[in-house]
Order: sequence, then C-alpha cells, then structure tokens
Amino acid sequence: MAMKFKSRSSEKAEMQLTSMIDVIFLLLIFFVMTFRISAQEGDFNVKMPIGGGQGPADTTNIPIKLRLRANTDGELVDIVVDDSRSFGNDFGKLREFILQLTGGNAPPKPEDGPEVEIDLDYNLRYEFVIGAITAVTGRRQGDKIERLVERIKFAAPRKPQ
Amino acid sequence: MAIKRKFDTKVAEGDMTAMIDMVFQLIIFFMVLINFSQEDQNEKIKLPASELAKPAEAPLEHPVVLNLDFSGSVYMGADVATVASLRPLLQVEADALKAKGLGAKDANVIIRAHQRTAGGLVQELIKKCQEVGFEKFALRAQEDRP
Repeated sequence: MAMKFKSRSSEKAEMQLTSMIDVIFLLLIFFVMTFRISAQEGDFNVKMPIGGGQGPADTTNIPIKLRLRANTDGELVDIVVDDSRSFGNDFGKLREFILQLTGGNAPPKPEDGPEVEIDLDYNLRYEFVIGAITAVTGRRQGDKIERLVERIKFAAPRKPQ
Repeated sequence: MAIKRKFDTKVAEGDMTAMIDMVFQLIIFFMVLINFSQEDQNEKIKLPASELAKPAEAPLEHPVVLNLDFSGSVYMGADVATVASLRPLLQVEADALKAKGLGAKDANVIIRAHQRTAGGLVQELIKKCQEVGFEKFALRAQEDRP
C-alpha cells in the first residue's frame, strides 16, 4: 500500500528583522549625534622648571629676548627683539630675522640650540603669543616642518597696573 | 451574488536588504571616525591656529589637560576653578603621580587656552603649575594648513 507523505511547506523561513533594525537605527543615531568634525591639533613644547635654572645652558650665544607689546584691546602692536630691533606686528619679518640668526639650521637635539624668552604684555591675546612662537620655532615647507628654535620660555607675567 | 476578493490579503513586504546594507555601512563609517581621544577637549575653547601645530606621533606621557577659557576659568576634567584657586586640583594630580612612583616633573601639562584669552593669564597658569612642581608644558594649537 502506498503511503502518502505530506510535503513540507515550501515557504522560506524568514527572520524577524524589526528589532535588529531598531537597534541598528539607535546605533546610527548615537554615532551621528556624537560625531564631531574637528581640526587636527598639535603642541608646542615648553620646558620651564621653577626658577628656570635647571635647564641646559644656551651654548649658541644667541640669546633672544622677544618683547610683545599690546594695545588696550589685546592686539599686537609691536615685536621687539633684544630691546633693539622692532618688527611692528609682522611675524614674517621676525621669522626672517630668526632664520638669519640660526642660519636656517635646526638644532641637533631639541634641548640644544638658542633659547627664546618671550616677554609679553598681560592683556595680549593668546593667539598672538602662539603666532610669535610659530614664527620663532620654524616654518612649514610643503608637508615638511623646518625647525629653527626648540627652546622657549616665558618671562614673569607683567601684572596689569 | 457572491463577490470574489480581487486582492491578496498578504501583507506587502518591501525588500529591506539594501537599506540594512546601507545603514551598516553608515555605522561602520561613523565607528571608524569616532575619536575618543578628544574626550579632554572642551567645546568652549577655540584654540589659536598655527601652521606648525602638527599632531604628535606618540601621545604625551602622563598628560594633565588644562582648558583655559576666555573668562579665565580653568576646566580640569570635571572640575572647574580659576587660575588663582587651581592649586588644590593640581596637588591632587601631583599626589596621584607620586603614588605611582613618579613626580610632577614627569607629567606633561597640556594647556588648551582660548585664542582670545589674555596671554598673561596663560603665564600665570604656567606659574601656578610650576609651584606644584610641573615642568613640562605643551601649548596646544589647532593645525592651520595654508
């Protein structure tokens, strides 16, 4: 006697995707909300022990004192080097001067080479301080950075009168 | 008269495969780009720009991040202080380093100051850190590519 078997259902087995899609959308929303486009950041290293006497001595005989004067709005009005040469507020001229002094040669080690002491008016905006540090520490040529001065320190703050 | 139903009663299901593929791609994109190293950044701080500010090849050892805003408030992790009242917070960091067998001089103080902050305030901040024994400072700036 021939037996009849019921054939299995030919319908595809379907997973329930709703909850997975919910979770995926939540993840997507989290990443979209926390995503921030920010520019790259870099550091200027300053080694300043208290008293300032423990660092290696400047062997290059090119001590540079940089005086940054500000107006009442905190804008840079004058850059004076060693109390003698004034460059107005032109960081380009300052860089040219540093290039002449150092001969465009980078110090062999970061702790070597000339040291620049920055003396600024209290209210001078920080962006100008970074501008001055940028001008003395080097220059960018394409993707390369040519280092000029690695050692930077600050004079004592000039308290407002 | 019996009327035959014209339409199939099954629920119409769209093909979700393409959408799920795309959503996964978006998630992967954002996961790759998310940067947890920026957790120390403070949105109130707009850093000054510098063409020489290049990201360091290796992270600084034992970093202590200080965010200095335009009004003179210093943000150190979840704590807020003024430059004048910062010493106890710095002392906590110095003590934590001491407990690890290190000293304040081994730490790198990363100063993230707003571009319009008075430069004298940054000098005072450095001086305050020096008083606790910190020696190495990193003045952070935003990369400005010409």
